Amino acid sequence: MKVIVDQHKCVASGQCVLTAPEVFDQREEDGIVVLLTETPPDHLMDDTRQAAILCPAQAIWVAEQEKQEGEQ
Amino acid sequence: MSTISASGTDVPPAEVPDYPMTRAAGCPFDPPPALHTLQEQAPISRVRLWDGSTPWLVTRYEDVRTLLADPRISSESTHPHYPHQSPATKERRRQSRTFITMDDPEHARLRRMVTATFAIKQVEALRPTIQKIVDGLIDAMLAGPRPVDLVQAFALPVPSLVICALLGVPYADHDFFQANSRILVKRTSTPEQAQAATQQLIDYLDRLIGDKLAHPTDDLLSALAERVRGGELSRREAANMGMLLLIAGHETTANMIALGTLALLQHLDQLARLRESDDPKLIASTVEELLRYLTIVHTGRRRVALADIDTDGVTIRAGEGVILANDVGNRDPAAFPDPDRLDVARNPRHHVAFGFGVHQCLGQPLARVELQVVYGTLYRRIPTLRLAVDPDRIPFKHDGNVYGVYELPVTW
Repeated sequence: MKVIVDQHKCVASGQCVLTAPEVFDQREEDGIVVLLTETPPDHLMDDTRQAAILCPAQAIWVAEQEKQEGEQ
Repeated sequence: MSTISASGTDVPPAEVPDYPMTRAAGCPFDPPPALHTLQEQAPISRVRLWDGSTPWLVTRYEDVRTLLADPRISSESTHPHYPHQSPATKERRRQSRTFITMDDPEHARLRRMVTATFAIKQVEALRPTIQKIVDGLIDAMLAGPRPVDLVQAFALPVPSLVICALLGVPYADHDFFQANSRILVKRTSTPEQAQAATQQLIDYLDRLIGDKLAHPTDDLLSALAERVRGGELSRREAANMGMLLLIAGHETTANMIALGTLALLQHLDQLARLRESDDPKLIASTVEELLRYLTIVHTGRRRVALADIDTDGVTIRAGEGVILANDVGNRDPAAFPDPDRLDVARNPRHHVAFGFGVHQCLGQPLARVELQVVYGTLYRRIPTLRLAVDPDRIPFKHDGNVYGVYELPVTW
């Protein structure tokens, strides 16, 4: 999974920080989204996807990566 | 027989229902039944407003959410076909323009000037202060006479004290600004009443901004005054923004506290679940469920289409008004199973009570913390809290742009 954010679209609603605080933060001066990690670990994937769904400005994209060598 | 609407489209007059619609007797928490019928049978259809205009009404959750986030849908309230809630609202919007009825880039420029204050960490840092305010008001209630009106003793003071501290508005003036703000959110107010109330509030905020320019303190109005000094913002824009935040900061949350309390008192099994758990997750989930279930901004989000939009077999034409009915959207079974049941454990974070898209409520992190502290404290500290009158004697704000109760007599 790879996460992309668009700071120009962000309206600082903070939904992402409420949902996945290990992945997203807010800039102190204006609350605009800051991405803490582009590639969240497996246990944060559901929260990260949920953050993308809840973002009112649709400023978060989650690109799912194919599993390369099948299930281990 | 058909007629031509203001926007130039053929509309059969007899089939266009008036909006807003009436709730069913004895069902004060449920959206009007006619909205459910529309959601099932004609999810995008025309309604008739107070001024005779016939904008589109959108009732399904998914459509509400999609259209609120659609850049072809405008919030610009000066548009001739913008579907205003009432003559009073139309007058207020004319007199006091703020970013909630502007499009980008103007909207983003102004909104970003105040977003830092409502960032999650900033608001979380206020939690102890909010807890102290809530505890103090409960102490005063417990020490005072019974029964008491929960609206005046608790629901209105909690968010008013918080927003006053945040903005740097003296709470001692609360009777003045609450009275004027009540006129502005009431659908039956006349344009003259709205004009006078808006002017009073603008003059008041302008005076405060003048004070902050001379003697800055650590609050949001001082920060806006600083931008006025720097030439980024006009003094009028700062006063408009201050007025918006002052009204939005107390009207909505106050209604959620009082109406939410009534809803819990009418659903004692749910209240017991909340009271018997000390899990902050259940408290947070209760807040989300009450936001969804009650959807107090109950006359829809108002917009205008900027381009032709084809959706659900209907074409919304450029220039036509659109109302996104988030109240019935939040009761859509396609998005919330068994939607008319209040279930404090369901955690429906995807509800649209705060709207969606770039205009989603700026103050929602603050509202959430206030409501979490209230719902996590009040019923635990007063476990025998109950209505002091028969439920059908409670006066509801059917005439308000924000739904709630005018009074809530309680005892314990």
